[in-house]
Amino acid sequence: MDLPRYHRLRSTFYRLEASRCAACGEIHFPPRDLCLACGSPANESLPLNGHGRIVSFTRLWQPACGFHDLAGGVTALIELEEGVKVTAQLTDVSPEDVAVGQEVEMVVRRLLSDSERGPIVYGYKFRPVLKTHQAAEVT
Amino acid sequence: MRAVSIIGIGQTPVAEHWSRSLRDLAVEATRAAIRDAGVERIDALFVGNMASGLLCQQENIATLIADHAGLRGIEAIKVEAACASGGAVVRAAQLAVASGAHEVVVAVGVEKMTDMGIDGVTSALATAADADYEAAQGVTFTALNALLMRLYMERYGYRRADFAPFVLAAHENARRNPNAMFREPVTVEDFLESPMVADPISILDSAPICDGAAAVVLCPTARAREFAQHPVRILASATATDTIALAPRKDPLWFDAAYASAHRAYEQANLSPEDINFFELHDAFTIVSALSLEAACFAERGQGVWFALDCNIHRGGKLPVCTQGGLKARGHPVGASGTYQIVEAVQQLRGEAGENQLPDCQVGMAQSIGGMASVAVTHILGV
Amino acid sequence: MGRAPGRLLRTAQPVGISSYGAYIPLWRIRTDAIAACWGAERRRVPIRAKAVPGPDEDTTTMCIEAARNALRRVSVPPAEIRAVWVGTESKPYAVKPSSTVVAEALGLTPYVSAADMEFACKAGSEAMQAAIAYVGSGMARYALAIGMDTAQSRPGDSLEYTAGAGGAAFLFGSAADSAAQVEASLSFVTDTPDFFRHAHQHYPQHGQRFTGEMAYFHHSLNAARTLLAELGRTPADYRWAVFHQPNPKFVQRLARQLGFTQDQIQPGFLVPLIGNTYAGSSLLGLAAVLDVAEPGDRILFTSYGSGAGSDALSLVVTARILDCRDGVPCVRDYIERKQEISDYGVYLRLMRKIHRE
Repeated sequence: MDLPRYHRLRSTFYRLEASRCAACGEIHFPPRDLCLACGSPANESLPLNGHGRIVSFTRLWQPACGFHDLAGGVTALIELEEGVKVTAQLTDVSPEDVAVGQEVEMVVRRLLSDSERGPIVYGYKFRPVLKTHQAAEVT
Repeated sequence: MRAVSIIGIGQTPVAEHWSRSLRDLAVEATRAAIRDAGVERIDALFVGNMASGLLCQQENIATLIADHAGLRGIEAIKVEAACASGGAVVRAAQLAVASGAHEVVVAVGVEKMTDMGIDGVTSALATAADADYEAAQGVTFTALNALLMRLYMERYGYRRADFAPFVLAAHENARRNPNAMFREPVTVEDFLESPMVADPISILDSAPICDGAAAVVLCPTARAREFAQHPVRILASATATDTIALAPRKDPLWFDAAYASAHRAYEQANLSPEDINFFELHDAFTIVSALSLEAACFAERGQGVWFALDCNIHRGGKLPVCTQGGLKARGHPVGASGTYQIVEAVQQLRGEAGENQLPDCQVGMAQSIGGMASVAVTHILGV
Repeated sequence: MGRAPGRLLRTAQPVGISSYGAYIPLWRIRTDAIAACWGAERRRVPIRAKAVPGPDEDTTTMCIEAARNALRRVSVPPAEIRAVWVGTESKPYAVKPSSTVVAEALGLTPYVSAADMEFACKAGSEAMQAAIAYVGSGMARYALAIGMDTAQSRPGDSLEYTAGAGGAAFLFGSAADSAAQVEASLSFVTDTPDFFRHAHQHYPQHGQRFTGEMAYFHHSLNAARTLLAELGRTPADYRWAVFHQPNPKFVQRLARQLGFTQDQIQPGFLVPLIGNTYAGSSLLGLAAVLDVAEPGDRILFTSYGSGAGSDALSLVVTARILDCRDGVPCVRDYIERKQEISDYGVYLRLMRKIHRE
């Protein structure tokens, strides 16, 4: 990925920063200048918490250039708690264990397979929520 | 704005044309359409193409084609709308004639995809998606459509086998189209055993990578009979857009661009779905066929697959689709497909569709879709 | 306050660990699969499995998660964290800091110091010393130190059985509201070439048995003994001890030589489960101890890095440890979250030792 382009993408790729419309409260990811719902300026910044559920997923066998590591891996459409959806790779999960409705959380990982040309591109992926002992004890 | 008609058509076969370049294909289709129209003078050339820069290292292709097609000097412009470029170019040409700016105009759609390896083509096609939030995540076009197909199957309770009719019908028609890429029949077993590309989408759910060019000549309807015995009228030509990315849509399974462009077309032509005799739909993937039928209001929400299962889309059915093989079996040279759809619709309406001829067709619809249904161009043609 | 006599390093203002966070990748490679490939005798293999990173992970991504865990335990205004130091010997870039990516990902830029540190397996505790100094001198209210590694081992080398991936992040702040106060620290460093990697080499070389007595033991023993002596303490004064963990035997021998029991080292004794996480090793052990420590517990921490040197710290756990354990995964959660690979070829692909062009 070209350097200036990668530089511009840091706040969304690293921190899942969305935008919110001051007029109607609609949240957009990726962020927008104009609200999709009401057309007003929508540039209040809002980092999303990264928790969501899988809406749909697919196992990719024919990846694009620079993503050869993805062959056999899973891409998903995820609905986040704030009500926005995002398409992203899944990680730390076997494809057989992925299901619609599964709870996932955002992690920062390397996006591209090729790391010698251009910068290492870091960005969001999602993995099944990591179980903590406290959570287990509570339930 | 004045009415516009199609007075000439031309096409190359769709294939992996190892010996023919982009300019060879476009020139062949353009000259064939001009010959078919029997015109002496062309005022303007519009070229529809998605990715010549990435796939052939050549932009400025309207100039290139005008130059090599014997049209040096005229107005020539490239039109791009991802995989809807072939439909968009006819829209641009129609506007040029309807507005009075030009009298006789050629629109040619062309794509040359086979010079590059599969991952290069996959990346080039992904430029129709959101570069920063879909392509940069490694999400391919097939993957986006696969997300929709799984969601559709879960929401409405379909199995993969239920999508087979789209593929079988397309291949059955392609057998009778001498320009089609695939001439062999396909069975349900072939479909079910087809290897996965991005599951649940298999190779047989998807249109192929290939090369081809198709062209039409337009002139004002009032003058059409000066040139052609069987001119075909453009009753409607309408484009609409949606969000470029899939994730921002409230309901991923609703093709708003396809709906709005079809709706605008019905209004322009003062027609409704019942009046359409056949539909050249954008069958890049079986899920797109199903959702296109719903968006154009031929089937209720969630019923697109059932509409096909109920034998409506075959030749002889209530609404034959992809009458010469569609994107699936005639082939999908991406920027050209929309123009092939219109050429084939004209063949039907003129009575020149050969073994695929539908009896008594008066009105046909062609819809070309770009990106993840982010842009749609609908034409309604009639005799 | 004021300068203490001897070799102890004491800060002008008291400093403590305000928060901490760990990270261990999901994947484990069974060492019997490695032994099988190389025709080695299985019973001579020192541990059963080690943690390895996934193909989309590197030291930077792992630091981000450990640091996020640390920041989630407490509510510290990001603008008050004025330094991010990453200690590692597996920097993703030879030149370009990982720490800036971490700082950006945590929203700590732009008024922040950042750097990557290298001192083999002691790079993480170097980062800790620097963070302690930043806070202890009054330069910053908070500073973040991370030790993390995705240890690369040469296929077929003895270190292949133990070189693992993981580490931890420590947020240092004022002792008054910390979970564990730093009583004092000490560094013991000499120029000792026990283990090194040239700039254009992919894998390190090591001095085999020379890395034991002259390197690991000499520096760890001296650092720990001097710290204890100058504080006037004995092992009995400490509830817990954490050491750098190249393999189980070295750790247990070091503990015995210093006079610590197996019980005292047990919670931080992670190498049998995940291998040697290099610059993350002693820090991850410390995080595991903090996960179970009680208010009033004393902890002796001694790292070791080839080249060579040790940092020793004496820590006292406070009542605030009980407030900062909820809501984020602990070391045990990461240890128990595992997927084992028993195929050496799959391991090679995950570690990018073989890959498609």
